[in-house]
Amino acid sequence: MNDMKLGITLIAAAVALAGCGEQKPAAKAEAKPAAAAPSVLEVKIGHVGPLTGGIAHLGKDNENGARLAVEEANAARTRIDGKEVKFTFLAEDDQADPKTGTTVAQKLVDAKVAGVVGHLNSGTSIPASPIYAQAGIPVISGSATNPKLTEQGFKSQFRVVGRDDQQGPAIASYLATTKKPKLVAVIDDATAYGEGIANEVEKTLKAANIKVLPREKGTDKTTDWKAVLTKLRGRRPDAVFYGGMDATGGPLLKQGRELGIKAVFSFGDGACTDEMTKLAGPAAEGLLCSQAGIPPQAADKRFLEAYKKRFNVDPILYAPFTYDAAKLLIAAMQKANSADPKRYLPELQKIDFTGATGKIAFDGKGDRKDAEMTIFTMQGGKLGPIAIVKGGKTMTYEEFIKGMK
Amino acid sequence: MDTFLQQLVNGLTAGSVYAVVALGYTMVYGIIQLINFAHGEVVMIGAMVAFTVINALAPGGLPPLVVVLVGTACAIPVCMLVGYSMERLAYRPLRGAPRLAPLITAIGVSILLQHLAMLVWSRNVLAFPQIIQNTTYTLAGASITSVQIAIIAVCIALMGGLALLVYRTQLGTAMRATAQNPHVAGLMGVDVNRVIAATFVIGAALGAVAGVLYGTYYGVAQYTMGSILGLKAFSAAVLGGIGNIPGAMLGGVLLGLVEALGAGYIGDLSDLCAYGWIADLMGEQCDGGHFILFGSNYQDVFAFLVLIVVLVFRPSGLLGERVGDRA
Repeated sequence: MNDMKLGITLIAAAVALAGCGEQKPAAKAEAKPAAAAPSVLEVKIGHVGPLTGGIAHLGKDNENGARLAVEEANAARTRIDGKEVKFTFLAEDDQADPKTGTTVAQKLVDAKVAGVVGHLNSGTSIPASPIYAQAGIPVISGSATNPKLTEQGFKSQFRVVGRDDQQGPAIASYLATTKKPKLVAVIDDATAYGEGIANEVEKTLKAANIKVLPREKGTDKTTDWKAVLTKLRGRRPDAVFYGGMDATGGPLLKQGRELGIKAVFSFGDGACTDEMTKLAGPAAEGLLCSQAGIPPQAADKRFLEAYKKRFNVDPILYAPFTYDAAKLLIAAMQKANSADPKRYLPELQKIDFTGATGKIAFDGKGDRKDAEMTIFTMQGGKLGPIAIVKGGKTMTYEEFIKGMK
Repeated sequence: MDTFLQQLVNGLTAGSVYAVVALGYTMVYGIIQLINFAHGEVVMIGAMVAFTVINALAPGGLPPLVVVLVGTACAIPVCMLVGYSMERLAYRPLRGAPRLAPLITAIGVSILLQHLAMLVWSRNVLAFPQIIQNTTYTLAGASITSVQIAIIAVCIALMGGLALLVYRTQLGTAMRATAQNPHVAGLMGVDVNRVIAATFVIGAALGAVAGVLYGTYYGVAQYTMGSILGLKAFSAAVLGGIGNIPGAMLGGVLLGLVEALGAGYIGDLSDLCAYGWIADLMGEQCDGGHFILFGSNYQDVFAFLVLIVVLVFRPSGLLGERVGDRA
């Protein structure tokens, strides 16, 4: 009996082995065509942004920008090292969640992508950056503005959008040159963001010989600003800057006007939202605020038309930046004549490129040199761009648009 | 001078809202010696319900005042229901249990309500629709808006109405009897359970109005707004003498004033460079500058600082009687 059992097992094993043997050649045959055409080089480019959740629309917008650049490169039959390149676009969803962000970053590294565009948020970009850095894969964010991202010292980390700490100087120099205040009150919400931007504003104003009142502070939950504002009213400032979010900035502005403060109120990007109209009501009219980058409608016209044609919508926010980020990766590959991250990374570092958002070059940290900041004002309940600040120089929005054409 | 006057106006407005919320704490404590930590959340629910109703009606073209009144009218019954169910489900089963037990369920109810509100109204800061035309009047250099006047007037009316209810009606008499001794009150024919439930419901109704006032004044509402507001109102109640109704009113207004004046002047008072001899010591750090120890972000600290000082020197509060532990 035992022998028979053994026999059956052996037969079964033999059949199984035979089965395997039969499958193997088939698998090989499938793999062959790719290898058979040596003149085509496959290069994978990844994109990460939230495609689900509250800001999924912004994630999709970012993805579309990068996708357009990749599709254009394919259509143009880009050649690297004498071979025609077929770019494959891998879009991943990080749900704007830092943990998911690191998971998908690893997934892209494992898929051996040549470069990555993303992530959308600073909160997901920062934890993901060491993963790309370890694999030596260049990653360019088109929308993460937290200074920490490029302060970590990773050579493969870049961004084509401005940093939060360039925003303070931008709004302050705009205030100084156009509103010419003699005395400015600076308030912050005692968070890292609010205090940081308020410090930059104060530094820039003082450098322009404008007097700044001793700093006033609230918290990121303050709703009652009356005591602070009443005190400030007695000092009669010509302008007020608040470093904080819209949830606290809205009540601040509303209460300031209720107390009869006539000063110009200005904010950073945390309070540069349409929500301010709802939070402050009619008091929001005429506020000034800054955002990193340029509004999408100020991007290169050719890009705007191509985007509209391809996706049937207008870009929402950062699409021109992710478009440029993908273009930069491809341009650097072409310059280095290689899609190997090790070989094209040096080219990326010293690149000089004109994209949909203007001239792009990187500094030693991977930040964009002379990044633009846009100043907005609230008119009729809607935020509209009025000026672009670049390298400490202010130009009106119309002048900037003319220059882009 | 106009700055000082303005701070008084600010403090008075905030203080009257604290006072109305503090009444809810003090009434419940007066009757069953329970600190109803969920009262701040009732205020929050009041603001949220009013927010939803006002938001829905605002584009309808009704006069703004009517919209706000309808919002309040919807918030009051919802809060009364919350107050009643809270008492019926979380506190009544524990009547007679050690004092710590209902205190812990109170904290539990507070967390529960906060998270329910988060699920219903999201985590975001909600912008209260600004529909009321806010006229500003200037009085001796201090500006006061029509909303501020309305808040102070409504709060005075509510406090007056409550005083009438407690001291002039049969229900008020029953409440005071129950507060003195629930067992004897029961023997005298007072339905103790009904009186206690009524206390919760009245407190919740006051809380609902306070929530709407708070929302329209500051223009924002969030599911966490009840916790800090509740803590401050509780401090106000203790400051005035917990269990004592005029005490809660006094405590609330006083707390609002202390907060406004404190936040308004602490920066200047703690500016080390303003004092000649310290400035000399500090040397170049003071060159035309300031060195401020405590900024106006310490505003929220004053409520609790006052609470500690009062508890040290007058443990039963400003108007509280010195009575032994009753429970």
